[in-house]
Amino acid sequence: MRSRPKVAFFDFTGCEGCQLNKLNLEDHLLDILEQVDLVEFREAMDETAESYDIAFIEGSLSTPSCIERIHDIRRRTRILVALGACAATGGINALKNIHPIDDVRETVYGSEKYRFPTLPALPVSAVVQVDYEINGCPMSLPEFLNVFKALLMNKTPDIPDAAVCVECKLRENECLYDRGMVCLGPITRGGCEAICPSFGQFCTGCRGLVSDPNRQAMLDILTDHGLSLNDAKKRLLLFNSHSLNPSSGLTH
Amino acid sequence: MSRNLHLNIKHLTRVEGHGNIVVNVTDGRLERCELEIVEPPRFFEALLKGRHFQEAAIITSRICGICSLGHQITSLKATEAALGLEISEQTRLLRQLLIDGATIQSHILHAYFLAAPDFFGKPNAFKLLTTHKDVVLRALRLKRLANDIGDIVSGRAVHPITPVPGGFTRLPTETELNALLKKLIETGRPDMQATVDTFSTVLDDIPDFTRETEYISLKNADTYAFYDGDLFSSDTGSATVDQYRDWTREFVVPHSTSKHCRHTRDSFMVGALARWNNNHEQMLPAAREAAQTLGLKSSCHNPYMNTVAQVVESDHCLEEAIAIIDLLLTRGLKPEKPNQQPTRYGRGIGATEVPRGLLYHDYTYNRQGNIVAANCVIPTGQNLANIDADMKKRVPEILDQPRETIQKELEMLVRAYDPCISCSVHAIQVTFTGGAPPA
Repeated sequence: MRSRPKVAFFDFTGCEGCQLNKLNLEDHLLDILEQVDLVEFREAMDETAESYDIAFIEGSLSTPSCIERIHDIRRRTRILVALGACAATGGINALKNIHPIDDVRETVYGSEKYRFPTLPALPVSAVVQVDYEINGCPMSLPEFLNVFKALLMNKTPDIPDAAVCVECKLRENECLYDRGMVCLGPITRGGCEAICPSFGQFCTGCRGLVSDPNRQAMLDILTDHGLSLNDAKKRLLLFNSHSLNPSSGLTH
Repeated sequence: MSRNLHLNIKHLTRVEGHGNIVVNVTDGRLERCELEIVEPPRFFEALLKGRHFQEAAIITSRICGICSLGHQITSLKATEAALGLEISEQTRLLRQLLIDGATIQSHILHAYFLAAPDFFGKPNAFKLLTTHKDVVLRALRLKRLANDIGDIVSGRAVHPITPVPGGFTRLPTETELNALLKKLIETGRPDMQATVDTFSTVLDDIPDFTRETEYISLKNADTYAFYDGDLFSSDTGSATVDQYRDWTREFVVPHSTSKHCRHTRDSFMVGALARWNNNHEQMLPAAREAAQTLGLKSSCHNPYMNTVAQVVESDHCLEEAIAIIDLLLTRGLKPEKPNQQPTRYGRGIGATEVPRGLLYHDYTYNRQGNIVAANCVIPTGQNLANIDADMKKRVPEILDQPRETIQKELEMLVRAYDPCISCSVHAIQVTFTGGAPPA
């Protein structure tokens, strides 16, 4: 019999909410743990390992040591999965990339800024090859389970690529635009079952953009519904500063 | 004793975030003993620059996945104070209910998954499955139940959806609240009792250590304070929340990307033990009984007992959640829209007791409703100086013990504070100048 695949979880710059979410799998978690050899997960256990079959990466890369560590993990692992918005798209961390990096350091740390080396917050794929991405802030548990199960069965996981609006319509929600709100559902990648609009809150774009987003049409909709062009652009950047503004993330 | 001891525990496990413990003893003399904070900074205040009041809580809840609800509620309170937005009694009760759920969730996670492996002599909670499966399953059930409160009232326990400035975008239904109430009573209460019993069997493994310090928390005339209240210190008594800068005087230390804090002494403590010490008389009867079972005295100066105080508080929060749902159902839920019409633009401060202690958010808004200045002070940052002071007292006391024992006791000490390092490095004071960011 083949040995159980070695699985590891790594956290970089982020809130660790996706790690926490995994503990909310409860019974499923125990079922999965029986199928794998969990070899590294700093937040929950003391042990470490030399190599992995599947490495899940949480968080953005934002310091020189993050870059070193991710190269090291990539060398040791067969499959690398970016887990959650920070790792997959840069997430909310990448908001800092739209400001000149030296200004950010100086406003926060003042004259002490040289003690705190920082880079633009990058998604993992900006530095090493990523095999699969699980989106969302926080990641969706059903999606995580689907990808995990597919990988354990040597199948290619199905990553959603239809807009949040599609799932929102399937749930027969009243459109938030008809309720006087503005929402990023039209260009945001689904897979969340439109959870925010279903709870009456606008889509923030946390799952990244669909693969062929019409940015101009989105800006037109936002400005038609009352936002200034500047506010509309700001709203788009909330979770997507890296993909919409890649130059600022890579040239500072 | 002329011992040499050099410990450097890198990336301490079973805590939230990245920290190292460093101890240097030469010829029996303690030269260095501190918790290094090495978490990468995230510059959250810079992220808030120019952001609209509807976005502030969405951004700040992402400071921390474990404390997301606490950050969100505190952020909303700061925004509402700054913009003069009144909230209803119903909104207040629902927020208190959410805090109860988040507190149980966080305390149970810490007590069972991060701290308990030390008591049971295991490297992690998964290894407890072979010997104490019922305990692990019970912990998962309690966590699920606490998360149910978050899921039903706020849409999602991690990074909640429905709480917004002025109220909620969606209210739970009475059917949902009835089902939740039933679960809290039928499975929550027995599981909580069993939790108290389990932790009462490991009390011998809690190091016998005492260091009296200043204890700071909120204090509220009506309840054991979580949602709001005045500042209270075991040394100096009460003050209003707008005094918070004097109560959290921040200073930079070379070994930490998070600033340290002091009030009147060199250090102070916030969190479950501080709240217990300051407010135990207002704790609900069931929880006071649990405190007795667990040997938690009305004035406790052993920081290792913080984990025990968390178990006691979980019991209190469970009972409070049951009482609040009961009250909401008796009154009936009124459909309400969030009040988002500002009556002023200026500065507002929110202070909340979150699982690890007192959290402050302080925002200033311009007339467009965008943030021009922000400051957040985090419980873990407030505790760091106290952790160092505890270690400096503890190491000489146990210097005749084997190296492994010293290492384990220090790790347990840091874990007892349940530090949330992600939070602590992501909020450092900043004042912005200039307008909106380039888009």
